[in-house]
Amino acid sequence: MIRFLTKRIAQAATVLLLVSVIVFVLLHMLPGGPARAILGVQATPEAIAHFNHQQGYDRSLPQQYVMYLGRLLSGDLGESYKLNQTVASLLGERLPKTALLAGLALTLAALLAVPLGILQAVRRGKAADYLLTGAAFLAYATPVFFLGLVLILVFSQQLQLLPAEAPQADTLGGILTDLPALVLPVVTAALGIIAAFSRYTRSAVLDNLSEEYVRTARAKGQSNARIMARHVLRNALIPLATLLGLHLPTLFSGTLVVESMFNYPGMGLLFWNAAQGSDFPVLLGVTLVAGVATVLGSLLTDIAYAVLDPRIRSVT
Amino acid sequence: MTATDAPVSETAPATPGPARRTLAVFTRNKLALTGALVLLGLLTFCFLGPLIHPTDQIHTDLSQAGLAPGGNHPLGTTDLGYDLLGRLMYGGRTSLEVGLAAGLLATLLGTVYGAVAGYLGGWADAAMMRITDAALAIPALFLLVVVAAIVTPSKPVLILIIASVAWLSPARLIRGEALALRSRDYLHAMRLMGGGGSRAVFRHILPNAIGTVIVNATFQIADAILYVAYLSFLGLSIPPPAADWGSMLSAGITYTQVGHWWLIFPPGIAIVLVVAAFNFIGDGLRDAFDVRLEKS
Repeated sequence: MIRFLTKRIAQAATVLLLVSVIVFVLLHMLPGGPARAILGVQATPEAIAHFNHQQGYDRSLPQQYVMYLGRLLSGDLGESYKLNQTVASLLGERLPKTALLAGLALTLAALLAVPLGILQAVRRGKAADYLLTGAAFLAYATPVFFLGLVLILVFSQQLQLLPAEAPQADTLGGILTDLPALVLPVVTAALGIIAAFSRYTRSAVLDNLSEEYVRTARAKGQSNARIMARHVLRNALIPLATLLGLHLPTLFSGTLVVESMFNYPGMGLLFWNAAQGSDFPVLLGVTLVAGVATVLGSLLTDIAYAVLDPRIRSVT
Repeated sequence: MTATDAPVSETAPATPGPARRTLAVFTRNKLALTGALVLLGLLTFCFLGPLIHPTDQIHTDLSQAGLAPGGNHPLGTTDLGYDLLGRLMYGGRTSLEVGLAAGLLATLLGTVYGAVAGYLGGWADAAMMRITDAALAIPALFLLVVVAAIVTPSKPVLILIIASVAWLSPARLIRGEALALRSRDYLHAMRLMGGGGSRAVFRHILPNAIGTVIVNATFQIADAILYVAYLSFLGLSIPPPAADWGSMLSAGITYTQVGHWWLIFPPGIAIVLVVAAFNFIGDGLRDAFDVRLEKS
């Protein structure tokens, strides 16, 4: 177990370091380089030269990278051009809100996808299975924003049941008190994940149903419900944890679109506004955080997986 | 996906060539055939449609703005007076051209990178794969948006931007294939006869992985079309008066409040159709080439 952990953590650390290299490269691709990014568009060439010298941007790239990494490790992500705030404090405000939205979407997706997947596996080859398979393929091909627009048209415009704007409160508690306004954003963010998870549950349950321990349980006269709960689901759902880790990037991209559509005040909206206003420190800060969160998320799910399923440790 | 599982040898007494066999399995898959027909229909609609229904998609006409479907405008008009049916054809051309080019370019780049990494193995492979791991850790849409915010996209730039992000997953896929192929006997034999690395990659590994490459290319094209749509929807694609299906949706979002549904459904359904079509074709090809691979 310890060997597995060290190996996996070392790998994650390498990837994290490379993520920072990628963001560093992007920083240097900016028009005018980092000086322009920090001093603003109106800085004079003299001011830029002075800044470059002062900050060490006239040194070699490897030296600069080491300095950049040092700043990152001390939590310095630069300052927004537009919002008169450090990127770190902006992220501190926005990240929990995105985590809330993503968490709700994931919970909803898991709650719906697992029963749907079981239903499909049990009714394999029947009408319900074909119908849900078709729906899942349709959901794969549907861009999040089109789905969101259709939901707005139907539930907000036609039926006038739900607001088309997400809660605008400053605190997480405030957001949660405005539940009707949360429905459309959360459902929009969840749909693609429901499709993926239900497909996965279907095939995992089917695989497990043909295992010998299921036949043994049947032979002992156990009921179908008990076999499903005690034997099949236990084995089928453990890998779902890994799937969660793999879906983190998709989830982040989804919240980016959902937040900009529904005007939900999270990290995605911050990022989108930054893209519209060429606020590069914010853009790169959010990109870095999304990358780091993905790496850490998949590390955690891998560890959870190894704890839950001892076979994994010996394989890797 | 459902595999059409009748063994080919039973149906064909005089053994046909591999290309025909592949085609036979593909056409037996109804979904794949539907996908191909839908794609053909969409291509005809976008590229030949303007001959039957010519419209002006450059100049705005505010006297014709925001009309509901009917009369001269079968799908209504936009807030700037563009005929929507015509715009659907015009915008579809951008979506399809950029999607196809970017998907193919991404496949090409990823395939060569993956094949080289897999063939080299060892440290070079580990280093090359950690780079793709890191780039894959950053959600693709975030990378795309940052790059699109740095450079203003035109059609060729957009193709490059999307390909520069999308090559990662084929790279991983082909690397796995190459890793398996490099220890085959014929590669040992080639090396004994003095063949070099580039010969191994281009003459042996790539031709053997071609099924995987082609199947992956169709999924890449579907993804690239979605990426174009996402970028345009976020307002970071080719600036107006150019249009594509994503930017049409983005332009329609304001008018959902007044119930202009015709701005939303046609481009949205077009995206769903084309993406589903490519996915079905990809699934059919996978069965036809009989390659098993993870669709990621």
